[in-house]
Amino acid sequence: MKYSDPYLSGVALGLVLLAAFLFAGRGLGASGAFAATATGTVAAVAPDYAASNPYFGRYLARPGGPWREWLLIEIVGVVIGGFLSAALANRLPKKGDSPLFSRVKGTAVFLVERGRGVSVAARLAIAFGGGTIMGVGAVLARGCTSGQALTGGALLSVGSWAFMLSAFAAGYAVAPAMRRAWQ
Amino acid sequence: MAMSNVLLPLSIGIAFGFTLERAGLGNAKKLTGQFLLTDLTVFKVMFSAILTAMVGLFWLSRLGWVDLAAISIPETYLRPQIAGGLIFGAGFALAGLCPGTSCVAAASGRGDGLAVVGGLFTGVLVAGLAFPLFLDFYDSDARGAWTLPSLLNAPYGLVVLGIVLVALMGFAAAERIERRQSSRERGAAPGSLALKRVPLALAACALLLAGLAAAVRTPVDSATAAAAQAHAKALYKPASGC
Repeated sequence: MKYSDPYLSGVALGLVLLAAFLFAGRGLGASGAFAATATGTVAAVAPDYAASNPYFGRYLARPGGPWREWLLIEIVGVVIGGFLSAALANRLPKKGDSPLFSRVKGTAVFLVERGRGVSVAARLAIAFGGGTIMGVGAVLARGCTSGQALTGGALLSVGSWAFMLSAFAAGYAVAPAMRRAWQ
Repeated sequence: MAMSNVLLPLSIGIAFGFTLERAGLGNAKKLTGQFLLTDLTVFKVMFSAILTAMVGLFWLSRLGWVDLAAISIPETYLRPQIAGGLIFGAGFALAGLCPGTSCVAAASGRGDGLAVVGGLFTGVLVAGLAFPLFLDFYDSDARGAWTLPSLLNAPYGLVVLGIVLVALMGFAAAERIERRQSSRERGAAPGSLALKRVPLALAACALLLAGLAAAVRTPVDSATAAAAQAHAKALYKPASGC
């Protein structure tokens, strides 16, 4: 099934954001869920160290602890909503779609989006590496495309707009080198 | 209490993930089109969303239905956020997905989405472990809840109107870029799709403009906005990262 009109989807997304402002007093986010998960993991392995680390310690100090973090619960919802939408639109991987985890009775569990210029293994490696770099950037910037660009953008935060502009500037600087991987 | 602590973020998240997937933002090829200027869906979705929430919030607060001070504004740490943005953007162009969209991609069966999710976890973990090394920089250049109206010393309504106008020009440019791209690729007339979208966008925009023009004419509210901002700053609880 074709994707929805970008302007209509954007307005719908804006209404979701507005609802978050009104009912929760805060906006959307994503990287905070990774911060909470990392904190919970470190705390499970080395509780004393986690409490003394200034980054993890901050998340540990919140009421309810890292596993009850608002953004982590929200991200569980994102996974459910993304899956539901893809399932209803018949966009989940189909038989014969995928070279990844497809050995079980010919049913694809995962497919890999990539350009003709890269192998599946290379695409996965670049995706992992890019994700790692993004994670570092999101820690330093105190948020990502959701929590800074989208939420802070709508709230007219100067830092959020500075984040948005610098993120896209860097994206455009790096993307030409990646052209082969995407087309 | 406990119910709303779970049900509220969960249902907001479900709606968030659903709309991202509908728009095609669970697909890395669609997102990278933004950086290669072949498919500007990311820009269109993101700015339609920002305009909707921004104008909605402006009007709800003007009508007195919403107290802006009850909404936490992300605090600005200018230099670390610019540095973080540059690092983030480079990673984004490599990964082809951002944190939210990587979760949607993984949920809709994309292995590359799952790899980005793993990378993000690793990156945040590594940055957290190394955090004492850059703690000073992380907390430097603190500007509090600093907003564009106070930066530009302009009324809230005027800043909102300015962003709407810039975004409208951006939408028009995006349509033109996509049309040129598709005619270059097919060597044929542009698809009717792009043409169909224009009236829709224009209608929505006309509505926004009319409303905003009225807002600017009525003497709002740099004072109100400044008061709300000061209040927000006083109330501000450290936000949860992203």
